Amino acid sequence: MISAPDVVAFTREEELKDDLYREPPLPEEYSVPLFPFSGQGANPWAKVAGSKFTRDFILISEFSEQVGPQPLLTIPDDAKVSGTFDLNYFSLRIMSVDYQASFVGHPPGSAYPKLNFVEDSKVVLGDSKEGAFAYVHHLTLYDLEARGFVRPFCMAYISADEHKIMQQFQELSTEFSKASECLKTGNRKAFANELEKKLKDLDYTRTVLHNETEQQKKANDKGYYTTQAIEKANELASVEKSIIEHQDLLRQIRSYPYRKLKDSEFHPYEPECALDRADVGSHDQDPTASEPGETHLYTHVPSYTPKLIKAKSAKCFDKKLKTLEELCDVYFFTQTLDQLHHIERTFRGDVCYLLTEQISRALLKQQSVTNFLFEDVSFLDEKPPEKQYRGCQGLGQDAMDEKCLEESLAPKVVISLGSYKSSVECVPIKMEQEMEDSEEPKMSESVMSEQQENLDYLDADIKGSISSGESIEVLGTEKSGSGLTKSESQASLPAMASPQAGRSKVGSRRTVSEDSIEVLSTCPSEALIPEDFKASYPSAINEEPYADDDEGGLRFTPRANLGVHRGQEDISKQESLVQVDAACCIGKESPNFLEPLAEQLGQKACEEDGVVRIPPQPYRGPAEQGLRGGFPSHQGLSGGLLPYELDSRHLTGSREVSKSSLDECSDSTSHISSAASTCSDRTPSPAQPACAQPGDRHRKRAGQNALRFIRQYPFAHPAIYSLLSGRTLVVLGEDEAMVKRLVTALSIFVPSSGGYTKPVKHWVTSALHLVDFQKWKLIGLQRAVSPAGVNVLHALSRYSRYLSILDADSKTLRCPLYKGSVVARLADHRTQIKRGSTYYMHVQSILTQLCSKAFLFTFCHHLHLPISEREPEESLVSRRMNFLKLQLGLANEDIKIVAYLAELLKLHYIQEPGRGGHPLLRFDYVPSFLYKI
Amino acid sequence: KSSVQTIGEEQIQNPYTELLVLKGHQDIVRFLVQIDDCRFASAGDDGIIFLWNAQTGEKLNELHGHTHKITAIAPFSSSDVAEEKANLIITASADRTVIVWDCTSGRQVQKVSCFHSTVKCLTVLQRLNVWLSGGSDLCVWNQKLDLLCKTSHLTDAGISALVELPKNCVAAAVGIHKSWLSEILIFRLSASNNGSEGWNILEVKRLVDHQDNISSLVSVNDLTFVTGSHIGELIVWDALDWTKQASECNFWDSSVHPDVQPEIKLSQSPHETSVQHLTSDEECVFAAVGKGIYVYNLQMKRVIACQRTAHDSSVLHIEKLPNRQLISCSEDGSVRIWELREKQQLPAEPVPTGFFNMWGFGRTNKQVNQAAKKVQENTPVYFLELVGDLIGHSSAVQMFLYFGELGLATCSADHLIILWKDGERESSLRSLTLFKKLAQNGDLQLKL
Repeated sequence: MISAPDVVAFTREEELKDDLYREPPLPEEYSVPLFPFSGQGANPWAKVAGSKFTRDFILISEFSEQVGPQPLLTIPDDAKVSGTFDLNYFSLRIMSVDYQASFVGHPPGSAYPKLNFVEDSKVVLGDSKEGAFAYVHHLTLYDLEARGFVRPFCMAYISADEHKIMQQFQELSTEFSKASECLKTGNRKAFANELEKKLKDLDYTRTVLHNETEQQKKANDKGYYTTQAIEKANELASVEKSIIEHQDLLRQIRSYPYRKLKDSEFHPYEPECALDRADVGSHDQDPTASEPGETHLYTHVPSYTPKLIKAKSAKCFDKKLKTLEELCDVYFFTQTLDQLHHIERTFRGDVCYLLTEQISRALLKQQSVTNFLFEDVSFLDEKPPEKQYRGCQGLGQDAMDEKCLEESLAPKVVISLGSYKSSVECVPIKMEQEMEDSEEPKMSESVMSEQQENLDYLDADIKGSISSGESIEVLGTEKSGSGLTKSESQASLPAMASPQAGRSKVGSRRTVSEDSIEVLSTCPSEALIPEDFKASYPSAINEEPYADDDEGGLRFTPRANLGVHRGQEDISKQESLVQVDAACCIGKESPNFLEPLAEQLGQKACEEDGVVRIPPQPYRGPAEQGLRGGFPSHQGLSGGLLPYELDSRHLTGSREVSKSSLDECSDSTSHISSAASTCSDRTPSPAQPACAQPGDRHRKRAGQNALRFIRQYPFAHPAIYSLLSGRTLVVLGEDEAMVKRLVTALSIFVPSSGGYTKPVKHWVTSALHLVDFQKWKLIGLQRAVSPAGVNVLHALSRYSRYLSILDADSKTLRCPLYKGSVVARLADHRTQIKRGSTYYMHVQSILTQLCSKAFLFTFCHHLHLPISEREPEESLVSRRMNFLKLQLGLANEDIKIVAYLAELLKLHYIQEPGRGGHPLLRFDYVPSFLYKI
Repeated sequence: KSSVQTIGEEQIQNPYTELLVLKGHQDIVRFLVQIDDCRFASAGDDGIIFLWNAQTGEKLNELHGHTHKITAIAPFSSSDVAEEKANLIITASADRTVIVWDCTSGRQVQKVSCFHSTVKCLTVLQRLNVWLSGGSDLCVWNQKLDLLCKTSHLTDAGISALVELPKNCVAAAVGIHKSWLSEILIFRLSASNNGSEGWNILEVKRLVDHQDNISSLVSVNDLTFVTGSHIGELIVWDALDWTKQASECNFWDSSVHPDVQPEIKLSQSPHETSVQHLTSDEECVFAAVGKGIYVYNLQMKRVIACQRTAHDSSVLHIEKLPNRQLISCSEDGSVRIWELREKQQLPAEPVPTGFFNMWGFGRTNKQVNQAAKKVQENTPVYFLELVGDLIGHSSAVQMFLYFGELGLATCSADHLIILWKDGERESSLRSLTLFKKLAQNGDLQLKL
């Protein structure tokens, strides 16, 4: 509604560059950044040259201890999607950048093997040779039979569009974290299960061995032990040791702080969910029938008969490794697959579209007074907890900071870091990003200068990456998480600080960040860690080797691998990045903070203001911003561009960066886990899927049908007017498909009264009653020749005063006259719009105008209440009409439309939250006319 | 063929542009009774009583207790000085019980189940703080549901309607079973000599002028009451000495068809001529007769206006509004709003005044008739103008309740109650609520 993605920015091509310089330069804010890869193809939406797959997909790979990296499955599971893309090769690539600090096995000084609860690592990497860019999410699953009990896996979102990965990094990360969490939860259960079985085996073996030893002892009267007996005794000892080890492992896995999944998406079984929650903090993961609710998942457990375990287990390569499904329990595996499919659907389509969608969704969410009318509000209400984060008041301070960081800035730094390293053959680079609270006060000083440098770097980096012939680039990583000790310690830390503290901090820092807002940011991974881990994050940092370094910031562990000429700058750059982020993230927390507090704007005003001032522009990444700065590409490389060399344009540029990051911030926040419909024909995306999400598909089809309707039926206007003014429209016809098509077409004009679904009934075969008109505003009705059909028609004529009747068979319409002008704009039969979804957007934009008029009308005090006590009703009425006619420019029947919408707004606003409110039917006593083609 | 007047879709004077459908009943809803300014109760064949908020349409309470259909309902506001004023309702059901309910709590206050037959009618004598139940006998109860006194059992007869008359008298319409005969019994309540709380009830008069079952009985004022019967007789009685003041018959006898033979008239179904409901204001009695509505002027002793076929089928209930408007509802499922207007000039067709019958009142009424005709020439002529109709129910509209500016509640055999409201008024009320809520939420001052 906010923007029509059909209107996409024209991106200038490289060849035009010279001409452009001759022209007077456009003001900064109007210029469109050059498509950074213009060398590869003129059309920025064309498939990036070289990519061997048709559309984005998700790949799950494993680093098998037997065969090395191997792809396991792709989503969608369709050979066409990956095409000629070498999955094996790419698996090797993505598995080679696993930064999980996984140490499993016998740590020195420990008697028993320790399970390491490693955090997932999140990496963005690119393979320019393959034309593939990927968000790679590494995770480790436990397997008793595997070496060190761990099996490294990774899930990768592979796209040809690097920017998409970068800009959607946060969202990808959040979504993949959920999938990973789901896998790991299942895995822990399965692992505990496996351990229990193994313990039973061992116990049994011990009993058997013990008996044997006893027998031998009895049989042996020679006074010395035979080698056989000694062997047996040794064996027994090793079994006993093994038992202790396994018990310890079981204890460890059970004591694993249970991460409750914030979101019940993975636990559709409510009872199970409740059980899980009840278990939080205690030892859970005990599947051995102690929780009756879960037994259905583990029905095999009770009937397990222990086996004798041979002293020597089979050779590593002989045994068959468990499949992912076995590792994670079928239930959780399918849940994960569902989640991955969801991710795949969510991120389909061009990034420009994704971003626009996110922005408009974020803005719509703020229009709580009117958005229910014509928008699909179901997605707005999804995940209410997410909304609260935006307010940032419920979170502890640390958590808040991190959250802010995570939400607003993360993806950009990834870009900056990644791109400037691109010319180097990058072997695993570990970036450890730390933030210490002590650094924060300093940040504002260094911000101004350093952010300029960053820009330079970005500039250089892009160029570098273009010229790079290297096949793989690590574009960004995330810090791997903490180990077992940390996760244990966290439980004792308070998760939340008082909301007041958090708030005041926000306020005070805001001023600091005002000028220093800087997009470039790191992405501390713990922000993505589920809630219960967050509190412990600072302690985790302190344990990191580089945490004591004053320079803080980012570190490249294998520093030697960096290009020599850059090494030094890298460090300083990274420092600045981190510092800037930490300082500014708070201020960017939500668009509301943009508004100067001094203006004393209320929340409502803020919201409206926000709506107005954030233009529906495609997102501009910092990389482009850097480019736009027009710096010679190699300055950065040639060493140390000083901050004061920068001209003012860069300052403005960077401010814009910050601004756009704010936009980004707002939508990324709101976008999280929303079921975004991401693809439609609106964006000429390289990956044009056959089917989009239901909502989107519906829009597209509805738009197309609506276009057809307004072209075919000359009386479309009164029909639409009926819908807009709340008079139920009945589409009468014999053919169900045709009626349903018409209903779908017209449904986009039906204002919703606040429920989740539009008051549209696609197909009814029985006679209508008054109650139906109360409930439905658009009804598809069967015309039948049977006696029942007569009844149907009788009811129609009886209730004709409440109805407009569109006869699809005889192509007639019976409804009141319409002489207004709004509908003419809405449904011009000579419209040049061709695409269904475009028309849908057009309709939405006009309806939005109507909504805003209705909003004004509803909330203008003096239009509804007398100014003075003695004011007669007549003058009130005339004032109201004057406002509608003169102020809002409405004529004739348009007034009724706005009045009806205003009535809906009122009802929605005054409705008690708990109660549904009584549906009421409003109608007019107006004559109807019969329209024919 | 239908001679029913229609109004079309444009109804400027019809204020009801908004409706609420109140669902709850499982069977025909027959009774609506007002409890106070904004509450009403509904009852019907499902034996459940619902209490509703007339403004919001909110269901306030469900009263379960009867096992059969409700046959009578009466509101009773107790006026005990000691207690707070409690709103009670009394309901009688075909399960031969009478229950007193407290409307505020929704609780059953008391239940009486000692009846020999179904109680058909209830009436409250607020002045005496007693109420009466009529069935096969007439019982007098006090507020605590103590039986004060009762009449002897009426063999083969049942009381179908009760009305309070002055001087502690009550008129009861009694229908004799298995016959068309009907009579009006006048009872007098008197304090008994031997007890402070005691009452005696005595039959003081028996009026047998009606030829058929009395279908409606209504008190006009302290001096008059009116009865109507199934074959269309309307008799005006003096409430003090219980003599017949006037009578009107042959509502269905239209001067439009003077050539129609009396035989044919007689063969007309009694339904067509039955006086279904009577209502009155100080001047006139309004009668729902068959499909038509008749306005009988008490002073002029004649029908001054009528709408012979006001509805497609029987008119079940009729009510006079303060603003010269009349509302009628009918078995055809519609509700119509009429306005009694004065004709400016001499009508082209004289209003068919009631003609006095040929069965025995002839002589006494002749003079009246002539007098009436004389009066007609120099008094304004009235007619009923249809100003609006309300179509919503899919089955017979049994009754309605006019709530003034709150609207109109109608109940019907389609199990629904519809609350008809003035859309303009509701809209401005909503605005008022909206701004109140805005102020409450503190959003109002932020708007600058």
